[in-house]
Amino acid sequence: MKKILAILLLAPWLALANEGGERLDPAPINPHDKASLQRGAAIFVNNCLNCHSANVMRYGRLEDLGLTEEQIKANLLFAGDKVGESMTVAMDPKVAKAAFGVVPPDLSLIGRSRSPDWLYTYLRSFYRDPNSKTGWNNTVFPNVAMPHVLWPYQGQQALQVNERMDPNTGDKIETRKLVLEQPGSLDRVQYDRYVADLVNYLAWMAEPAQTARHSWGIVALFFLALFFILAWLLKQEYWKDVR
Amino acid sequence: MAATEKKLPVTGAGPFNGVLTWVDQRFPLMALWREHAAEYYAPKNFNFWYYFGSLAALCLVIQIVSGIFLTMNYKPAAADAFASVEYIMRDVPGGWFIRYVHSTGASMFFITVYLHMVRGLMYGSYRRPRELIWIFGVVIYLALMGEAFFGYLLPWGQMSFWGAQVIINLFGTVPFIGEALAVWIRGDYNVSDATLNRFFALHVIALPLVLCGLVAAHLMALHEVGSNNPDGVEIKKDIDPVSGHPRDGIPFHPYYTVKDMMGVAVFLIVFCAIVFFAPEMGGYFLEANNFIPADSLKTPLHIAPVWYFTPYYAMLRAIPPMFNSQFPGVAVMGAAVLIFFFVPWLDRGRVKSIRYRGTRYRVFFALFIVSFLILAYLGTQPPDVWGSFGEGVPIVGGGVVGAWVARLLTILYFAFFLLMPWYTARDRERPEPLRVTH
Repeated sequence: MKKILAILLLAPWLALANEGGERLDPAPINPHDKASLQRGAAIFVNNCLNCHSANVMRYGRLEDLGLTEEQIKANLLFAGDKVGESMTVAMDPKVAKAAFGVVPPDLSLIGRSRSPDWLYTYLRSFYRDPNSKTGWNNTVFPNVAMPHVLWPYQGQQALQVNERMDPNTGDKIETRKLVLEQPGSLDRVQYDRYVADLVNYLAWMAEPAQTARHSWGIVALFFLALFFILAWLLKQEYWKDVR
Repeated sequence: MAATEKKLPVTGAGPFNGVLTWVDQRFPLMALWREHAAEYYAPKNFNFWYYFGSLAALCLVIQIVSGIFLTMNYKPAAADAFASVEYIMRDVPGGWFIRYVHSTGASMFFITVYLHMVRGLMYGSYRRPRELIWIFGVVIYLALMGEAFFGYLLPWGQMSFWGAQVIINLFGTVPFIGEALAVWIRGDYNVSDATLNRFFALHVIALPLVLCGLVAAHLMALHEVGSNNPDGVEIKKDIDPVSGHPRDGIPFHPYYTVKDMMGVAVFLIVFCAIVFFAPEMGGYFLEANNFIPADSLKTPLHIAPVWYFTPYYAMLRAIPPMFNSQFPGVAVMGAAVLIFFFVPWLDRGRVKSIRYRGTRYRVFFALFIVSFLILAYLGTQPPDVWGSFGEGVPIVGGGVVGAWVARLLTILYFAFFLLMPWYTARDRERPEPLRVTH
């Protein structure tokens, strides 16, 4: 017990929030862009929901994105789930663990536990690595257990490591760069948009109330501003005779 | 009040006069109202700092009311807790609002309480005859820390779990009885379902009851001796012979009720701006890691308490283990909180308010505030946030800069208290005015 405490207290933080220490690209997402969220929902259901669950997200909530119950049933519900049910997966956790080494995490809240910027950069940073179990690796999440599921769209990247000598100090400077070796069905701009739609959806799914939150917030602050003016005038009136 | 007087109409003329008179003959309603509001004479020179007492009380009310609604939907079981919070966030109508009000309210409670404490220190509100008000206040602060700690476990996220693990293990460092004490607190050998259940009980009933009782005692003691003010002058020394009330006093109601209402409006604007537009407050009010369900097998890389505990956490981390034990750090951390109890007897100044204190007090006070703030910042960061000293530097060579800064600031923090008898007694103070300045 004391050892745990000592480790927790004294060990310098082993790594930064993004394990690779890579710079994160800002995710071009907008929670009010319903078309993007709808595309993202389709991408999520088709590509992620086979292994990753979203246990606290109900299919019916997709109606918030402007979809009807029929549209959700026809386009986004595959396993015969009911609209009121949540996005679970059929895969047995034990099988998943045997296949990937870890159970694929539930993605309901991934947009909050990882930032959208992290997700956006991560999903664009897979590269071919013959030394890893899946044949894939990632600069943002080194030795990640997940293979690059979206590779048919992005294509295959390779990691180019260039070393050069600093002419002044003689130190070695290492630059690492991802290069597209084999293009996929989408070009670079299209793939970035594709991932942005998915990340937009993940961020929305982590907190479906956020758009309602913003609109209620404007109403609340407006009324409080009125309340402040009244309270201030009342105070001025009462305090006139205090000298 | 004599029985014959009580039969008289109590409010003069008015539609409720009959009802109020009926009640007043059976319960001291008007007497309480007069004693604590309409005829409680408060100094007329309260400034900005005097809003935070009533705002702290408002925070308590906000937390209790939002907490009641959360309790209706929350499930205090390790298997269900995390999902039930998400159920509140998604399926309970207005649930996200109630939850954010409660999570924001916790941090805002600490902000108001810290500002309220700074006010007390600045204007000497702990000095005779207000020592008990101060002591009740410090006990409230301790109870609030417990309340926040127990409540933080309930969402059952990674930070909830590992934060509780670390803090309970602090009790485990107490010599001889530590291990048994930690097991007794957890109710298990690990933070588990049993721990969650008892923390729920403590969070929703035990400590709120204690807090309400202490707040009542804090207010009763205050209304017994009267409020201090930014000049530190006792208004009861100057009574108007005609009215029998202090010349520099004004009735709490309506003057301070309307003034505090204005403070409430500003406070709620800030509060709602956070609730509706930044409930996570950049990870300071709601930590990103707490959106991952608790996992006893996976230690997060970055365990840090919520911001309001970080000054003490930074002290704990700064004290190196001695005799193969972490206890010295824990003892320093505990002492840093408990030392507040002794302030009324450490201060030997002849004036109360910082306005009439000399340079020495002002310097020590400023250093104390700065130490507290920088320690709070360091506690949220990894220890090596400022890197390490070069190997060649004497004494601290190779050491972590953040740890050494935290050690220095811990000394300054304690110096404010421990040297207080010395620097307040020798300070070059200015004479207090006879009446409050307004």
